[in-house]
Amino acid sequence: MNVNKESNIYGLMAEFDNPTAVVVAAKKAHEAGYRKMDAYSPYPIEELSEAIGFHSNRVPLIVLVGGLAGLFAGLGLQIWTSAIEYPLNVGGRPLISWPAFVPVTFEMTVLLAAFGAVLGMILLNGLPRPYHPVFNAPRFELASRTHFFLCIEAEDAKFDLGETRKFLESLGANEVTDVEK
Amino acid sequence: MANTTYNAPPAVSGWQQRALVVGVIGLIATLAGYFVDHDQFYRAWLVGFIFVLGITLGSLGFLMIQYLTGGSWGVATRRIFEASARTIFPIVALLFIPVVVGMHSLYHWTHLEDVAKDPILQQKEPYLNVTFFLIRAVFYFAVWALLASFLAKWAKQHDDTGNHSFRQRLADLSGPGVLIYGLTMSFAAFDWVMSLDPHWFSTIYGLLVIAGQGISSIAFTIVIATRLWHREPMNHVYNSGHFHDLGKLLFALIMLWAYFSYSQLVIIWSGNLPEEIPWYLRRFSNEWKPLSWALLVFHFILPFSILLSRGLKRNARKLVIVAGLLLVMRVLDIVWLVAPEFKQTDVGGLWMYATAPIGIGGIWLWFFFRNLQSRELLPVKDPQFEQALVAASHH
Repeated sequence: MNVNKESNIYGLMAEFDNPTAVVVAAKKAHEAGYRKMDAYSPYPIEELSEAIGFHSNRVPLIVLVGGLAGLFAGLGLQIWTSAIEYPLNVGGRPLISWPAFVPVTFEMTVLLAAFGAVLGMILLNGLPRPYHPVFNAPRFELASRTHFFLCIEAEDAKFDLGETRKFLESLGANEVTDVEK
Repeated sequence: MANTTYNAPPAVSGWQQRALVVGVIGLIATLAGYFVDHDQFYRAWLVGFIFVLGITLGSLGFLMIQYLTGGSWGVATRRIFEASARTIFPIVALLFIPVVVGMHSLYHWTHLEDVAKDPILQQKEPYLNVTFFLIRAVFYFAVWALLASFLAKWAKQHDDTGNHSFRQRLADLSGPGVLIYGLTMSFAAFDWVMSLDPHWFSTIYGLLVIAGQGISSIAFTIVIATRLWHREPMNHVYNSGHFHDLGKLLFALIMLWAYFSYSQLVIIWSGNLPEEIPWYLRRFSNEWKPLSWALLVFHFILPFSILLSRGLKRNARKLVIVAGLLLVMRVLDIVWLVAPEFKQTDVGGLWMYATAPIGIGGIWLWFFFRNLQSRELLPVKDPQFEQALVAASHH
């Protein structure tokens, strides 16, 4: 029975009523060897992402790739249209006149870099996602208002329903609840 | 923290002496150049003077801006900006004298017989004449010296008394002060550099020089802050957050400089008019072409690409290399503004463009370090002081 019940569990959700407590708890959980966990807070707490062992992400790389793609697309578009496909003599200037190409190249660089930032952020966050088990936790709506939550997920190698619950309770959580899948 | 003092480390007086030695050697070499080619000497002196003026006034600008914006970067670097800004009088003003002495060699519009033959220069004569030029120069220096001395005086009184009304007074002066600096420096740039070609004009020219001054002063401050960070007491103060802020400012200013430079170029290049385009033709023609490319690559593309990295801006040891590169590029940018205005009769004299900034810079550094040692390195009485030491590490 126990096995059956555990297989239906997404994780354990601990509720804290102040930001310091959740940061301390997250640090201790990380030290204790838990890796698959996430923290939820009404506002960004920079120490919190460090505490759960979140170091870097790939958004800057996506932005760079987007920016470079925009740069070459913008430049290429202008060279192709005004020098190759339909050579146009403007006041006797060379067909490829870079000063004239800068604004469009710049705008394309910014545009694709911005797309990279927004879409990269959305996709790496796992969005769009119509269903997420954490919302099964009671009182979880408080995560966007007044309370702070730390969820250790069942996928974690060290996860054990009884042990992890005791561990979370020892960290000073107001309440620890099972989160069903 | 409360009982710590933040006096400059003893090493600073060593740097001060070394700067003097280097400065005197550079100055002697440049003065020797006077007897080789005195026209070349004045041009090189102008380059060195404009470079040092850039660090001084850029620092004056940032001193005022940080009083207006607040923030931990300003508290941490305020004394460095202040020590630079305080050099405006007397030393930077004195360094201007050779430019006045060499006016006839530098500025074509001082040749009255040529002005008489040139209707355009006759039109400009009410502004571009020796008397008014000197009156304006005295006025600029008086304004800058007054701003710097009030900013330094009230900051000292704030330190001595702990009375925060001085902090408010500093901010109240800084608001109009930034505006006054922008206007006076724009006109000073027109007078001292742009009028080397009295026929040519560009309204963005002053802002272009000001953006360069911003780069010079932030790059210089990064170099000094990194030196101090290796030693007591600042090794307990500066952290990666402070360098991150300075790196971001440097990054923004490089983009600003590139943006102004490009704006000026694209308008003149598109118009392609005979009274404007020769200025660029001189710079893009054979002998100065490599320097134009070097500016594009090493004053913009390379530092821009490097400074994209967050990690690098937070690493003082790496950031200081970019800052050093930019200080060299600042000198070359000023050479690029000045040198192509003259027919280079003798390539042999070009070395003075290196010795003059070194000589003038060394002498200036001696005064800078003297100012730096005269106060504590941090404004300990500032309301944001404690916060500035801690907060910066997190963003």
